[in-house]
Amino acid sequence: MNLSPDVLALPLAAGGASEHRGLIVTLFAAFVAATLGLTVWAGRQTSGAEDFYAGGRQFSGFQNGLAISGDYMSAASFLGIAGAIALFGYDGFLYSIGFLVAWLVALLLVAEPLRNSGRFTMGDVLAYRMRRRPVRTAAGVSTIVVSIFYLLAQMAGAGALVTLLLGITSEAGKILVVVLVGVMMILYVTIGGMKGTTWVQMVKAVLLIAGTLLITFLVALKFHFNVSALLGAAAENSGKGSAFLEPGLKYGATATSKIDFISLGLALVLGTAGLPHILIRFYTVPTAKAARKSVNWAIGIIGGFYLMTIALGFGAAALLKPGAITASNKAGNTAAALLAEQLGGGPGSTGGAVLLAVISAVAFATILAVVAGLTLASSSSFAHDLYANVLRKGRATEKEELGAARWATVGIGGAAIVLGVFARGLNVAGLVALAFAVAASANLPTLLYSLFWKRFTTRGALWSIYGGLASSVLLVLFSPVVSGKETSMFPGAHFAFFPLENPGLISIPLGFLLGWLGSVLSAEEPDAAKYAELEVRSLTGTGAH
Amino acid sequence: MSAAPTLDPGTHEPPDYALVQSSAEFGELRRAHRSFAFPVTVAFLAWYLGYVLLSSYAGGFMATKVLGHLNVAFVLGLAQFATTFLIAWWYSRHAAARLDPRAEAIKSRLEGDV
Repeated sequence: MNLSPDVLALPLAAGGASEHRGLIVTLFAAFVAATLGLTVWAGRQTSGAEDFYAGGRQFSGFQNGLAISGDYMSAASFLGIAGAIALFGYDGFLYSIGFLVAWLVALLLVAEPLRNSGRFTMGDVLAYRMRRRPVRTAAGVSTIVVSIFYLLAQMAGAGALVTLLLGITSEAGKILVVVLVGVMMILYVTIGGMKGTTWVQMVKAVLLIAGTLLITFLVALKFHFNVSALLGAAAENSGKGSAFLEPGLKYGATATSKIDFISLGLALVLGTAGLPHILIRFYTVPTAKAARKSVNWAIGIIGGFYLMTIALGFGAAALLKPGAITASNKAGNTAAALLAEQLGGGPGSTGGAVLLAVISAVAFATILAVVAGLTLASSSSFAHDLYANVLRKGRATEKEELGAARWATVGIGGAAIVLGVFARGLNVAGLVALAFAVAASANLPTLLYSLFWKRFTTRGALWSIYGGLASSVLLVLFSPVVSGKETSMFPGAHFAFFPLENPGLISIPLGFLLGWLGSVLSAEEPDAAKYAELEVRSLTGTGAH
Repeated sequence: MSAAPTLDPGTHEPPDYALVQSSAEFGELRRAHRSFAFPVTVAFLAWYLGYVLLSSYAGGFMATKVLGHLNVAFVLGLAQFATTFLIAWWYSRHAAARLDPRAEAIKSRLEGDV
C-alpha cells in the first residue's frame, strides 16, 4: 500500500496504464462484437411490428426478468450507489431501497393490466378510453421527454466514465466515446429492434451480476463473511466513526436537505412504474402471468444486486486508503473500480489490472444496454403514438410505421449524440432524478386512473400528463440543480427560487390532483362502454395481443 | 371508431363488455384483485415512507446498536428488502390461487363462445 500522492490523483492513468487500457479496450470490443452478432441474428428474425416493438412476445418470464434488470440497473446504480455508500455510508444505501421497493407498485398495479390491454407503448393504455389523438400526443410527448432526460444522463455518464476508467482526458477522446455509444445504440435498435435490445440487456445483466458477485465474494473473504466486521472497518477507515453507519451524512445537514430526501424518496418509489422503457418490456412476454413472473425475477435479481452494493460500497470504504476515492472522483463514481483493482492486488499488479478491466468493461456494457432500451422506448412511441396514430390517423401501413420507427431511432440517436457532447459536464444525478420525478408525476397518475377509476376523462388525462410534466420540469429549472450553487449546471446564474433539488414532493401530488380535478370539472361524460372493455380486458386478458 | 379492437382472428362479434363487467363473476375477480393490491400498496408505501422519515428525523433511534456494528437503521433497511421479497411472493401466491382461475374462466368463455 505504498501509494504516492501522484498515483492517488490519477490512479488509473499511472504506472502500466497502457496495459490496463489495452485490456479494457479488448474486453469492451469483445462485448461490442458479441452483442452486435446477437443483434444481427435477432434482426434476421425481425419482420413485423410485433417483432420490432415487442420482440415477438415470445420471451419467457425469466428471460424478460433478466432483461428488465439489465434495462433498469444503469451505470448510475452500479457506480453511483457504490460510490455514494463509499463516501456517505448509510445515506448512500438509502437510494437502493427506494429503487427496489418501487417494483412492488409495478407488480401489484401496473404490469399485468398493461400487458393485457396494450400493444406496443404506454400510450396504447392511456388512450384506450379517451379521445385518442390528444391523449396519444400527450403520452408520446411525456414518453420522449422522460426517455431523453434519462438518455442524456447516460450519455453524460459515458463520457465521464471513460475519463475515469481509461484515463482519457482529451476533449476529442471524450467526444469520440459519446459518438461511439450513440452509433452503437442506433445499430442495436434499428437492426435488432426489441429482440436485439432484449438480448443485449440479458447479456449485460449476466455480466453485471457476475462481476458484482465476484467483487462481493472477494470482499467477504477479506472479512471472513462477517458483515459487522466489514461495517466496523468501513466506519473506522472512513474517519467518521459510527456516524458513517448512521443516517445524516449526506441528507441530514439542514432542514431543507431532509425534506429534499423525502422528495427524492417519493420520486424513486413512484417513478419506476411510470418509466416508458420499463413499461414496454412487459409487452415482450406472451401473457400477464409471464409479465408477473418477469417482475418477480426482476425483484429477485435487482434486490440481490442492491444487497451486494453494500459489500461494494462499504468494502471500498474499508479497504481503500482514506481520500483515495475522492481524489479520483469527487462523486465517488470510481469507488467500485478502485476496489476491484485493490482486491486484485493493488495498482500496478497484474491481478489488479485484470479486475479493473473486467469491472470497467461491465460498466460500459451497462451503459450500452440502458441507452438501447431508452432509444427503443422513445422511437417506438414516436412511430406508434405520434406518427401512426396522430399524424397519419391510424392509416399508416405497418411498413411505413416501422420505417418511421427506424428513422426516429436515427434521429433520436443523433440528437442524443449532440446533446451528450454538450452535456458532458452536467450533473448526472440531477437528470436521472428528474426522469424519475417526471415519470411519477406525468405518467403514473394517468396510468392508475385509466386502469382503476371509471370517472376518469380525457381532460383529466391531459391535465395530469401536461401538468405533471410542466411542473416537474419547471421546478427543476428553478432549483439548485440548474443554478445558484457550486454544483449547479450554471453556477454563475441565480434563479433558484425553488429550494429542493427534487421536485417530486410537489409535482407528484399535483399530477394526481390535476387528474382528479380535470375529470371532475369536465363536461364530457366518461365513456362507460370503453371503460367496461378496458377493465374486463385488463383483468382477464381477453383479446390480449 | 366504435368497433372494439380485434379479438382473435376469426372472431366476428366483440363480446358485450358492459354485461361482463356487471356480472357477479367479474365482480368477484375485481374484488379479489383490489382488496389485495390496494391495501398492500398503501401498507408498503407507508412502511417505506415511515422508514425514510425515521432516517431523516430520528437519527438517535436509528443509531441504536443492535448487534456488533449493526444498528437499527441497517436492520430496518434490510427489513425493507425482506418485506419487498415477501410481498412479491405473497402476491404471486394470491394471484395464482384467487385471480388466475377466475380470469381464465371468464376469458375462455368470452373468446370461445362465438
